[in-house]
Amino acid sequence: MTAERIVFILTAIFLLASALKVVTSRMLMHAALWLVAALFGVAVLFAMLQASFLAVAQVVVYIGAIAILFIFTDMLTRKDLRDQGQQTRSNWWLPALLGLLLLVGLSSIILGIPGVDRTFTALPEGFDPVRSLGIALVSPDAYVLPFEVASVLLLAALVGAVYLAGVFKKD
Amino acid sequence: MSVPLSWYLFLAAALFCIGLYGVLARKNAIAMLLAVELMLNAVNINLVAFWRYLRPVQMSGQVFAVIVIAVAAAEVAVGLALIISVFRRRKTVMADEIDLMKW
Amino acid sequence: MTTLIWLLPLPPLLAFFAITLFTNKNRALSHGIAVGAAGLSWLGSMIVFIRALGIEEFGKHFFESALNWLPVGEAWFQVGVRIDPLSAVTLFFVAWTVLMIFIYSIGYHNYGQPKGDDDHAGLPPHGKTVTEHGHKHTVPSIEPMYSRFFAFIGLFAFGMFTLVVSNNLLTMFVGWEIMGLCSYLLIGFWYGKPSARNAAVKAFMTTRVGDVFMLLGIAYLYSATGSLSFTDIFRPEVLEALAAASTPILGLSAAGLIGLLLFIGTVGKSAQWPLHIWLPDAMEGPTPVSAMIHAATMVSAGVYAAIRMFPLLSLDSGTMTIVAFIGAFTAIFAASIAVAQNDIKRVLAYSTISQLGFMIAALGIHAYVAAAFHLITHSFFKALLFLGSGSVIHGMEHGVMHTGEHSVDPQDMFNMGGLRKKMPITFWTFLIGGFALSGFPVLTAGFWSKDEILADAFAHGHWGVFLTLAVAAFFTAFYTMRQITLTFLGQPRTKAAEHAQETTWTMTLPLIILAVFAVSFGWVGIPEHFPLLGNILPNWFHEFVGGTLVEIPEVPAFSWIPLATSLFVALGGLLLGWLVYRKVKTPAQDRLQIPVLKNKWYFDEAYDLLFVKPSIWIAEKFTSLYMDRTIIDGILHSAARFSLSLGHFFRDRIDKPVINELLGDGTGNAVKTSGSGLRKIQTGRIQYYMVVSMVVLIVFAVLYFFLFS
Repeated sequence: MTAERIVFILTAIFLLASALKVVTSRMLMHAALWLVAALFGVAVLFAMLQASFLAVAQVVVYIGAIAILFIFTDMLTRKDLRDQGQQTRSNWWLPALLGLLLLVGLSSIILGIPGVDRTFTALPEGFDPVRSLGIALVSPDAYVLPFEVASVLLLAALVGAVYLAGVFKKD
Repeated sequence: MSVPLSWYLFLAAALFCIGLYGVLARKNAIAMLLAVELMLNAVNINLVAFWRYLRPVQMSGQVFAVIVIAVAAAEVAVGLALIISVFRRRKTVMADEIDLMKW
Repeated sequence: MTTLIWLLPLPPLLAFFAITLFTNKNRALSHGIAVGAAGLSWLGSMIVFIRALGIEEFGKHFFESALNWLPVGEAWFQVGVRIDPLSAVTLFFVAWTVLMIFIYSIGYHNYGQPKGDDDHAGLPPHGKTVTEHGHKHTVPSIEPMYSRFFAFIGLFAFGMFTLVVSNNLLTMFVGWEIMGLCSYLLIGFWYGKPSARNAAVKAFMTTRVGDVFMLLGIAYLYSATGSLSFTDIFRPEVLEALAAASTPILGLSAAGLIGLLLFIGTVGKSAQWPLHIWLPDAMEGPTPVSAMIHAATMVSAGVYAAIRMFPLLSLDSGTMTIVAFIGAFTAIFAASIAVAQNDIKRVLAYSTISQLGFMIAALGIHAYVAAAFHLITHSFFKALLFLGSGSVIHGMEHGVMHTGEHSVDPQDMFNMGGLRKKMPITFWTFLIGGFALSGFPVLTAGFWSKDEILADAFAHGHWGVFLTLAVAAFFTAFYTMRQITLTFLGQPRTKAAEHAQETTWTMTLPLIILAVFAVSFGWVGIPEHFPLLGNILPNWFHEFVGGTLVEIPEVPAFSWIPLATSLFVALGGLLLGWLVYRKVKTPAQDRLQIPVLKNKWYFDEAYDLLFVKPSIWIAEKFTSLYMDRTIIDGILHSAARFSLSLGHFFRDRIDKPVINELLGDGTGNAVKTSGSGLRKIQTGRIQYYMVVSMVVLIVFAVLYFFLFS
């Protein structure tokens, strides 16, 4: 039991607990906040995997933008005290069952992967993941095209979201 | 000894299943989207774990995860905008009550 | 010259078309075109004849011209024209008699007379009532179908000319059949009369029997020799081959059988026994028709055909015996009937049958030239007699109309009498014709031709034929004189006869011209050995016509016996006839009105029983009722009923319940039901959809896991 492992286990417990709270909270605001916690947990995992850029991006984008969006939306769509009602469907056992089955299935597949118990090797000397990621994202013979397309997608989403949710004066 | 790959994978699988439960079992549409975010994050964990453990030199794993984050952001923006638009019309965000496409 | 021969049949044909298509309404134009056409053909015929006379040994150097007509394998079937001595003399008499009859028809159909009171097309004209000399009486009226008559006789003339100028059996048969058609049309000219209609059908049917056999003969001949042209058939080697080939019928050779078949055509066309029944009934037609068809042309065509085929006929003695027998028998048979007839035209009809028998008998005993000679002389005097009888009837009708006694039959000789004073030209010409028919010595053509037949029969030892023909000749003279006495001599027996009147020049002129020929034509055939007169004129006829054959037949040796017999029967018959009948005034006094003879030996009744009634039975009962309506219609009706019931079955049992309800409506209803059931899946709630898809996914994953890995 190395320190890494302990850190991992703690992070895992935190992450899973937050996730469970996300899906079971009665109040939506609580659920959103628990999502923030879960996202933090994921960021820690990224940091442990030496994907530094991703860890920061996770916090900035996911928590800083997406989770905030959720909170805003919750506030905009609140109506009376309906929030207090039963938040889970009456047949919640079926999704639970399905989830479990899926977990079992996925686990059996994971166990079937050859070399799944490996540990990671050290990164090569002088290899900077962040730098390489940056080059990869803008290099013409790497992933510049998906990168640019993703930006177009974000633009489209932006315009779409504004149009859909906006209130425009109808003449 | 460092963490085996399988632990990451199990973790991601568990997170994914929790997210699935949330999508199928929650009444509020916004809560469903929250659960979707969980699932997306599970996917990201998988991707990055595989990147680090199998081919850390190739950047494709991380790039994929970056793109996933970008797409997730776009999807949440549009999805929430839709929910707000629907809320304005029908005054509800309960998924069961938005059933105009029924028979 | 041969071009002219090709053109000879053409003018009457063009006249037929012109009258039928264009000038039907204009009577003068119609008869003008017809007579003009007959005149043109007459002119052409005379030119051809005169040129033919000038050629030495015309029999060997005759005019012939042929055209390729029908491609037959490698070669061509040719048709053409041929004028040899036989057809030259035939052409001569045909041209003259046709022209005379055409001119006569103008007067006969009362050209220039007013239209009748109550005349209908299809019935003989009845006359018009006019007021004349202060009292009303009827005058003869013009024939309503005037132009049509000339059109038909034009077509008829075309047929006859075609037959005469042909060089082959096929076009000869074409002319033969055209004349058959025209005789039907002309006998039934007054189609409103049922008797005329029946007579026309009877004529056509009876000659058709003969024509079928003739066609068989032609076909057999063509298949045996490969040609129908006379030049080809009468080659010695062809004739020998035909004589040598034998057939299973009656032991005849091929030549004999062909000859017999062709001869049967002649039997039908020339009204020989047993196919004689149509000719007396054919008197229903107008008199020019009787003259044309039954004297001058059509019946002569039958004999002409037989004479033409003589080289073939003469090869087989069996056939010749049959020919001679039929000829002689017919001669005496018809003569016996003629003595009991009271209608002026019927006497002449039976007389024609009898005289044709003479010619056929002559042919049967190898008297080639005699047969041809009698053919020609008979045409002239028989045409004369018929036209004369028509003139008499016209005169009598005038009397009938004048006196108003419409119950008097103008054709019954017992209503006549004393007409020699009222109708002199008719009388003298009829007398000449009658004497020619009887064989009055020297001065009439009939004597020379009949005498030659008897001489030939006697000289070659054909006793049976000789005696039969002699008796028939006696009867001929007897009934002819009976006819003349009753008609012209004595006193008028009815008022109608008293008021009879001579006919117009268009009718009497042809009589005079034909009388000239009836007298003079005999002088071209006087035998050399005839006492006194034999050396004055050469026997041109014998040399000329005899030359048609390969060898000119030898002139029979002269003997007094046939000459005496001729004189005796002719003069004796005439004298007896006059003596008996100048006292007879009514039919009751006529002792020869024996029922058997009056009823024509009951042959019509026999044929009716044997052929007509069975045919009608077969047609009406057997074929129509039993086979057609009962059996065939029965089958059809049951088939129809079956189809109908099958159709109902299919509709009611299969189509409606199974296909419509079960399959059609059933499918629809099933779809509707399942649809309305299945649509409940579409709840519109998204989590429901997702749950379902997850379930399905897991199920499939489990299945996949367990089945494939």
